[in-house]
Amino acid sequence: MIRSIIHILHGTYTQLRSLVMVFSHAFRKRDTLQYPEEAVYLPPRYRGRIVLTRDPDGQERCVACNLCAVACPASCISLQKTEAEDGRWYPEFFRINFSRCIFCGMCEEACPTTAIQLTPDFEMADFRRQDLVYEKEDLLISGPGKYPEYNFYRVSGLSITGKPKGAAQNEAAPINVKGLLP
Amino acid sequence: MSWLSPEMADIVIQILKSLVIMLAVVVCGALLSWVERRLLGLWQDRYGPNRVGPFGAFQLGADMVKMFFKEDWNPPFVDKLIFTLAPVVAMSALLIAFVVIPVTPTWGVADLNIGLLFFFAMAGLAVYAVLFAGWSSNNKFALIGALRASAQTLSYEVFLGLSLMGIVAQVGSFNMRDIVDYQAQNVWFIIPQILGFATFFIAGVAVTHRHPFDQPEAEQEIADGYHIEYAGMKWGMFFVGEYIGIVMVSALLVTLFFGGWHGPFGLLPEVPFLWFALKTGFFIMLFILLRASLPRPRYDQVMAFGWKVCLPLTLINLLVTGALVLAAQ
Repeated sequence: MIRSIIHILHGTYTQLRSLVMVFSHAFRKRDTLQYPEEAVYLPPRYRGRIVLTRDPDGQERCVACNLCAVACPASCISLQKTEAEDGRWYPEFFRINFSRCIFCGMCEEACPTTAIQLTPDFEMADFRRQDLVYEKEDLLISGPGKYPEYNFYRVSGLSITGKPKGAAQNEAAPINVKGLLP
Repeated sequence: MSWLSPEMADIVIQILKSLVIMLAVVVCGALLSWVERRLLGLWQDRYGPNRVGPFGAFQLGADMVKMFFKEDWNPPFVDKLIFTLAPVVAMSALLIAFVVIPVTPTWGVADLNIGLLFFFAMAGLAVYAVLFAGWSSNNKFALIGALRASAQTLSYEVFLGLSLMGIVAQVGSFNMRDIVDYQAQNVWFIIPQILGFATFFIAGVAVTHRHPFDQPEAEQEIADGYHIEYAGMKWGMFFVGEYIGIVMVSALLVTLFFGGWHGPFGLLPEVPFLWFALKTGFFIMLFILLRASLPRPRYDQVMAFGWKVCLPLTLINLLVTGALVLAAQ
């Protein structure tokens, strides 16, 4: 009898206590972010909209090696290689279907020239699925993106008619990719 | 204008007042759907609906547009007459009970000398909404909900009535205005009738089927229980009916235990409505706070609590009050 009365009193106390505790939340800061008005903070490495970057000289970095298309688990990248007059490769078209893209960043990891990069931007919703297929004009940006100094052809060398790799003035000798020494 | 004799004018004014009170109660009940979501948001560290209008106040309009344009769908397997009757009962029973509430000295729909009994009768009728809906829906979950509602009703209706008998014994009347006047002359019933208040508050929450007594419509277990088959405006009537119940029980708590339209210590007697509204608003907030913080017990726990704790408490309260009233004579 006594025990059950104590039990009831204690139960009443705990219920009232949780009422007070919940009420105290009225004076706390709210966790909600008012999204369209308040911008969301996205870290620099956030994997969002994919861009194609240019090297410091302002030329397309992409050499149309197709490694990104191979690495892509959703098979959303498609491109066609073509060659410039100086022997440099570039994509004739480069197409990313963002309605299939899962923003995994495998393409960025696979890219040998740091051409394809993911950016902190996710606001790309659209009403028609077809509008989510981005062409090269939509993807290509004017700057070098995350790697401002890197220029693939400065590292690899570029051979043109009458000049082998690394033979021009101010051009570094090509890196020996088979060697172990740094 | 020969028909507008003084008696006729009185009748017209009284009808207009009643209409105003009814509309105010219905609008309050409907607005509560927004108030509740805002308050729940506040207590859960978020905002709730804040997009439509200032602070989201026009959310009600958006909800109503949505509800009116929904198809008024009757499933083919329901008992159509009772299925349609249930939401009408749900909304009207407690709305009708509001007639006995004296809002201010001059405002109030009916001055019944059986005021409290009328409320009990209407609270008893309100149960039929749940039972009708649960039975006619022809749906397992709805039937379980109705079953729980009847089990719950059996346990709370008894002490609902007994919890207020202490007040009736002290005042010697069932009339609400007499009860309010008695409190103004003596002391608010919250002090001498604290046990009656505690039990009546619990029973009041159970009458409106609010948390933590919402086993009949437990969303997580039986997917909204008795109104699972309802859609559109019929569902909306259940919804508004629940909020009207909250307004009604809050107003009743204020009238019975907190001095009605009187301020504390006779403060500011010029604004009776303000006091009434403030106190009623406080209890409405308390109802929502209960929902925000308490878990839902099983319905056998509710029954055990009702019969083993609340009923003895009300009986003790009634016995002690009766003894004191007799001793004072």
